[in-house]
Amino acid sequence: MFQYRPMPAEHEPLHASFTLEYAYTRSTGPVVGRFLTGLRDRRIEGVKTREGRVLVPPAEYDPETGEATEDFVEVGSAGVVQTWSWVAEPLPKHPLQRPFAWALIQLDGADTGFLHAVDAGDESQMSTGMRVRVRWAEETKGFITDIACFEPDSNEARA
Amino acid sequence: MSEPITQIVTPTSLDYTFTAGGATERFLRGLKDGKILGQRCPKCQLVIVPARGACARCGVPTEDDVELADTGTMTTYTIVHIPVPGSDVKPPFVAATIFLDGADIGLFHLVHEVSLDKIRPGMRVKASWKPQEDWGFSLTNIRYFVPLDEPDVDVTELERRIAHA
Repeated sequence: MFQYRPMPAEHEPLHASFTLEYAYTRSTGPVVGRFLTGLRDRRIEGVKTREGRVLVPPAEYDPETGEATEDFVEVGSAGVVQTWSWVAEPLPKHPLQRPFAWALIQLDGADTGFLHAVDAGDESQMSTGMRVRVRWAEETKGFITDIACFEPDSNEARA
Repeated sequence: MSEPITQIVTPTSLDYTFTAGGATERFLRGLKDGKILGQRCPKCQLVIVPARGACARCGVPTEDDVELADTGTMTTYTIVHIPVPGSDVKPPFVAATIFLDGADIGLFHLVHEVSLDKIRPGMRVKASWKPQEDWGFSLTNIRYFVPLDEPDVDVTELERRIAHA
């Protein structure tokens, strides 16, 4: 029978840090490409399904019916939190390096939830149904991070 | 109005800590002392390098360390013309499988100091080590292999011996 022969105990096990990275370039396709182009211009666009629902972010096909989607429509830059999850300890690759919420946000004029970060400061400031508004990045370049995050909407007057 | 977006760059990365484990640790500590350590399988008697603690063919543990020569025979190779992202090695370069003398499995390494049209299977090669003060726990202590002025080895014979062990 084999006897495990451990390393002599006089030194720590050898270890080293590694980073594995792939620098993918992806084709956006016509629908996501147009969405990202809109973000660069600080505009959020969705797409209308044949049944009249507005999907944000837009998709080439209606996930319910599989039918091709039709016209692009601009939606609001503010909306309602449908559901959320508080991140007390952000990870290095998260969009915010302070506690924040991931939230599904139904933008004004949209029929679907849009996943993004909400910079609410504290968990007590988060609630389902609260209104939030886009905070744009200082520089937009046609990427999802053009939306820096959402923040609680102080202007509750908007219907 | 600027061009519409058609492509995005989405790098994905994974940061991790590699811990060598018993057999790889012996191999790496050997390199720190300028030695290339393999292990002999107690069942098929083939010598595996780098030592992995087990024979991939027989599935049995290996614990018999074997110090190998830093000379060997190049079998297969690729001439790489496209730069590898994150690598300091400038193309064109030769990535090769080298059967060190005394080993029964190929080791991957670079072959330099030979003109590309002279590269051929069966070439004899020798390790070119970095200066000893630069040695770490790494196979990069060997910068690359260089041709040895010796007659070529019959690679089919080498393959046959291993296949029938």
